[in-house]
Amino acid sequence: MLKYLFSKEDDIPQGTAAIFFGVSSIAWFIIGTGLGSFNAAKLAFPDLFHGLYSLQFGHVRQVHVHAVIFGWIAMAFAASMMYITPALGNTKLWSEKLGVWNCMLYNVGLCLALALLWAGVTSGREYSDHIWPIDLYIAFVMVVPWCLNVWMTVINRRTQGIYTTNWFFAGCMFMTVIVFLVGNMPEWLHLTGLNEAYMTWWFAHNILGLLITPVAAAITYYIVPKITGNPLYSHRVGHLHFWSIVVFYSTPAAHHLMSSPLPEWLKSFASVEGVLILVPAVAYVCNILLTMQGRWAMFVENIEIKFTITGVLLAIPLNMQGGFQQTRAINWYIHGTGWIVAHAHLALLGFSTFAEAASVYYGMQVLLRRKLWSASLANFHFWMLLIGFSLYWTSMTISGLIQGAAKIYEVPYVDVVIAEHPYMIVRWLGGTMVFFGNIIWLYNMIMTARAGDPVPVGRQPAEIAYTR
Amino acid sequence: MAFREYRIGCVMFGVALSLSMFITIVLPGIDISSMSSTKIALEKQLTYGWETGFNYYDPFLQGKDKPIKVTLTKDPMSGAAIDKTDAFVFPAGTHFPNGLTHDNILGDDVQKASVEVGKIDQANEEQGGVFLVRATADDVPYIEYATTTKGWTVDATLKAADEQFLAGSGKTMFVREGCWWCHTLLPEQTQDWQSFGRPPLVGDFNGESPTTFGSDRKAPDLLHVGSRNSSREWMVMHFFNPRLVQPHSIMPRYDYLWGSVDANGQPIDLAAWDEAYLAYDNGESINAPVVPLPAADSEARMLIDFIINLK
Repeated sequence: MLKYLFSKEDDIPQGTAAIFFGVSSIAWFIIGTGLGSFNAAKLAFPDLFHGLYSLQFGHVRQVHVHAVIFGWIAMAFAASMMYITPALGNTKLWSEKLGVWNCMLYNVGLCLALALLWAGVTSGREYSDHIWPIDLYIAFVMVVPWCLNVWMTVINRRTQGIYTTNWFFAGCMFMTVIVFLVGNMPEWLHLTGLNEAYMTWWFAHNILGLLITPVAAAITYYIVPKITGNPLYSHRVGHLHFWSIVVFYSTPAAHHLMSSPLPEWLKSFASVEGVLILVPAVAYVCNILLTMQGRWAMFVENIEIKFTITGVLLAIPLNMQGGFQQTRAINWYIHGTGWIVAHAHLALLGFSTFAEAASVYYGMQVLLRRKLWSASLANFHFWMLLIGFSLYWTSMTISGLIQGAAKIYEVPYVDVVIAEHPYMIVRWLGGTMVFFGNIIWLYNMIMTARAGDPVPVGRQPAEIAYTR
Repeated sequence: MAFREYRIGCVMFGVALSLSMFITIVLPGIDISSMSSTKIALEKQLTYGWETGFNYYDPFLQGKDKPIKVTLTKDPMSGAAIDKTDAFVFPAGTHFPNGLTHDNILGDDVQKASVEVGKIDQANEEQGGVFLVRATADDVPYIEYATTTKGWTVDATLKAADEQFLAGSGKTMFVREGCWWCHTLLPEQTQDWQSFGRPPLVGDFNGESPTTFGSDRKAPDLLHVGSRNSSREWMVMHFFNPRLVQPHSIMPRYDYLWGSVDANGQPIDLAAWDEAYLAYDNGESINAPVVPLPAADSEARMLIDFIINLK
């Protein structure tokens, strides 16, 4: 990698930036899920690692969140954009050199940011925990160069139109920059009180709704048609998806604070808009599943489609929960319980992660021109993720319902802790399975780079997945 | 520009996003900013100071640059007995909360009373001073700058204090140690009244930063915990090892906040304590080891002060 930092642009092979981002994302996925598993252990057995004062729960909890969001998910997005955007524009990435520098400075910045969070140097605001100097670094060193590469590649495309995936990429990166700069206003301007609390959740809602969900969806818009060979079912439905994301997904931020003393009109407005999120959600899921027509065998046979479609299927319960759990009728019961934790993991570890894993699997094979080293290990990874996630989601949903019941019947809190204990153990088990699955994935990817069969020119890796 | 054929789309995109941000940021911002402070908001600002997350004056969240809350039963200057009063002492150089430095935070009536009756416009950070929270005859709460109105100085007030709470520094500990990942500070409006007390009102937060509502409640709400349990002895045991007072607790131990010496200047040996505790936990000894009292300047003391002060 260091070699390419000071090479001439023309000497850097195409796809270098995407490969670096891809490998980094897998490494951060292992770190992030490892920390998650460690934290879950503490919630089941608080004295298990007693004496390791440097890894106190309150210090590591946010490191887990930011390692998976900024490390795994965002870097997997960057990897995907750096190879999908040029592929769909029939051109090369605007600047591989910028991409390589971007990746290196991204990793350096993330290490620094997580080290500070670990030390407890925090803004005290969930999801925008980073202190404002780090926010500046993230915005202008990590995100803006990435945006520049994506936008310039789209502008310099050699195709007439822009495919769905690329306008999602370009639009979402624009919205991410805006959300990041506006959402951290409490820190730039020292806003206080309810304004600050509300802006915290405005940021958290929009960074998930305008970056993570739509970009994951955009990736599946590429992967499914590309691998199955079917054209996208409907571009018009794709339009509906995009525009309803911009209009409906950017507005319900207040539904995260339904039981706080925010103005009632704001909570009601947010709640209605929150249900309208079902518009892009249904449009998207239908569009992808209908694109699969006649190719459903690939759901079983092909590892990338298996990951992608599992992610899309997980988007169905995700959106049904998301649309309705924030209405007043349901929110009063499950607010602040493990149900929400399960929902957050359904979005990030379910829907989003499965889509990105497919994209990283596919991208690495295409860019390295190597067939996956072991399809069995990839399948093993898939099942470790899916079973681990399912255990996690089920146990947290149940524990959330227990908490909700205890909340309304005013049960002494310690009885809730006792009742949740078995589910905390299952949660730990599920998270640990995901962690070990990811170690297998990294091994498989390293072996693919070193010893994978070369893919002949003109062939797709998926086509020769089962040939020896 | 190769976006030429997408001109209408780009304009629509800009319009949609701007409209969305106008409705979800500008309008709520105007509405929320028009809310007047309650007495609680004034007390919170004067207890926690300028900022309890990362800031210039306390970049590593060590609890620096914070006011001290004291309770008085006699007038610091004359020594005459007075009704029990909370005073907020800002040693010279301590930074003021937003409500004292900006005239649009407290709300119109509160701001007016604080300036006209409370004389807060005569306070400055270089010289510090002592503040009180009062209410007018019309029940409008306001801040009084007692250094001007009563002549109370920082040193005399600290000396006359019955009790001192380092609750501002303690809130910094609450943020740094991640207590708010499990403990909320937000009883919910619909169902928490019996267990956790009155939900906060819209004016309870003016000038507070960060608010640390918390989102994922894995432990009891703490907004009014000092009213339910004000035993400092219980808190000391609970923070040192929560299993001493609640065998089923999953809270981490915060024994490391005690620092190296206890209140009597004796060194604290955590390893030896753990060994004795393990023997007790295994049934080999009858009594749990004694929990050392936190030193007056320890981080544990700050955190306990913050918790007990949550009434």
